[in-house]
Amino acid sequence: MTLSIHDVKQIANLAYIKVSDDEAKSTLAQLSDIFKLIETMQAIDTAQIEPMSHAQDVVQRLRDDQVTESNQRELYQSIAPQVEEGLYLVPKVIE
Amino acid sequence: MFNDSLKQLSKRLADRKISSVELTTEFLERIKQLNPQYNAFITVDEEKALAQACSADQKIATGDTHPLTGIPVAQKDIFCAKGWLTTCGSKILSNFVSPYDAGVIERFNAVGAVNIGKTNMDEFAMGSSNETSFYGPVRNPWDVAAVPGGSSGGSACAVAARMAPVATGTDTGGSIRQPAALCGISGIKPTYGTVSRYGMIAFASSLDQGGPMAKSAEDLALMLNVMTGFDARDSTSLQRETEDYTRDLEKPLSGLRIGLPKEYFAEGMSSDVEKAVMQALEEYRKLGAQTLEVSLPNSPLSIPVYYVLAPAEASSNLSRYDGVRYGYRSKSYQDLGDMYRKSRAEGFGAEVKRRILIGTYVLSHGYYDAYYIKAQKVRRLIAQDFKDVFTQCDVIMGPTAPTVAFDLGEKSSDPVQMYLSDIYTSAASLAGLPGMSIPIGFGEKERPVGLHIIGNYFAEARMLNAAHQYQRVTDWHRKMPDL
Repeated sequence: MTLSIHDVKQIANLAYIKVSDDEAKSTLAQLSDIFKLIETMQAIDTAQIEPMSHAQDVVQRLRDDQVTESNQRELYQSIAPQVEEGLYLVPKVIE
Repeated sequence: MFNDSLKQLSKRLADRKISSVELTTEFLERIKQLNPQYNAFITVDEEKALAQACSADQKIATGDTHPLTGIPVAQKDIFCAKGWLTTCGSKILSNFVSPYDAGVIERFNAVGAVNIGKTNMDEFAMGSSNETSFYGPVRNPWDVAAVPGGSSGGSACAVAARMAPVATGTDTGGSIRQPAALCGISGIKPTYGTVSRYGMIAFASSLDQGGPMAKSAEDLALMLNVMTGFDARDSTSLQRETEDYTRDLEKPLSGLRIGLPKEYFAEGMSSDVEKAVMQALEEYRKLGAQTLEVSLPNSPLSIPVYYVLAPAEASSNLSRYDGVRYGYRSKSYQDLGDMYRKSRAEGFGAEVKRRILIGTYVLSHGYYDAYYIKAQKVRRLIAQDFKDVFTQCDVIMGPTAPTVAFDLGEKSSDPVQMYLSDIYTSAASLAGLPGMSIPIGFGEKERPVGLHIIGNYFAEARMLNAAHQYQRVTDWHRKMPDL
């Protein structure tokens, strides 16, 4: 697998991270090295193997459908970058 | 006093030889003296610490005590603590004063332990040298030219330099064990699911596990007694009977079967580390244990697998940092998308961005099966290797890290070399098994060497027993750097 500058920019765009052309270039070199390391796992035959997504074989716990949390909007919004009248402020999205 | 065990400190407190306020003050003074050079703490709050110490003294006066009551504990800055700046080593959380306590913090508060400060760490626990921290690197107390390891480098340094009697850490691929080894202290990552992840800032959720870092196995056992237990707020927390991790400490080791994976004793381990490990194994034989060669054929693939799965989970977990609800927001932006992109570009460091990009890529359309699913399949093979080996032996031993602590800057420009520092630790993480490191001597440049002990699921008491019996007949764990 070979990555291109275009790929790096495309991934960064998907990940919502702004990258300059210079950053994309140095990132490309490092990611290529890392993927060289990652590719070594392709040599293993895993045809009959089930993927392992978790360390413990447990089922998702369910809980009763009851309110357990109280409203702490003011506390939680006290650490927000910008709020007004209990709402988080972001740049205008809809014209 | 700085070299005292938890038991000794606890007895001093119970006998009223010293109050928790006095004890806390002593450690705060030592932090004031040493931290400017070592940078082990990101936040120290004397007022808060002394207030907790004061409450602990009242608790002790009424006789309502626990082995950790009044004991200062250094908390890795990944654990949210109410009213404390909680940065996770990142600029993006440089203004995040947590509105709530992590499950682990609640547990320490409940027994009256004192939070002595929040320790430095690699940004979002991504690193093996503590050099990715936005708050500057931590120095190794044994040699200021060396890294302390990572990601729990601040906690390892704090305990090694005796700025705190004990500390907490977290381990995703080796982040408790590798810094413990490089700083000459003891550390254990328990079985996945035993320590609550609630309020422990997420990196790779299927691997992240909290655990203690301390001078000795006995202290680790006392810390685990506080840290472990079910928490309904963590969906992967395990519901189990309460364990006393000190219960087997004094058992003799005769008959203990120690598996030595041939893959861990192959190329890659430096000769000074090998020498110390061989000497430690000889000590174990003297204690009545027997050693046998075993094989973990797929373990050499643990680093490639880890660097698919951990970044994949991280890219998802770190999508929450958007500059909207908390944390850093860029000063100038044109629209919402630009605000996200700039806030994240300015708020995350290079290594974190690298891992988000790897994760985004391996989860993207067309690559998901080739990388993510493939890595999960190999993960099962790695876990199966351990299952097979634990039918032949009780614990596995080997080196914790391939070399002693390396110099600051030595590997920071080469991510792949840095990743290989966790070559011996990441397999146990992928399998969810408990792993620990204990100091067993010194290698090149008089820098510490650690012995890695891996146990079967929930075999912590057995591992601590093996570590404690070694520490009864050796004194590596009592050695402290001359500061």
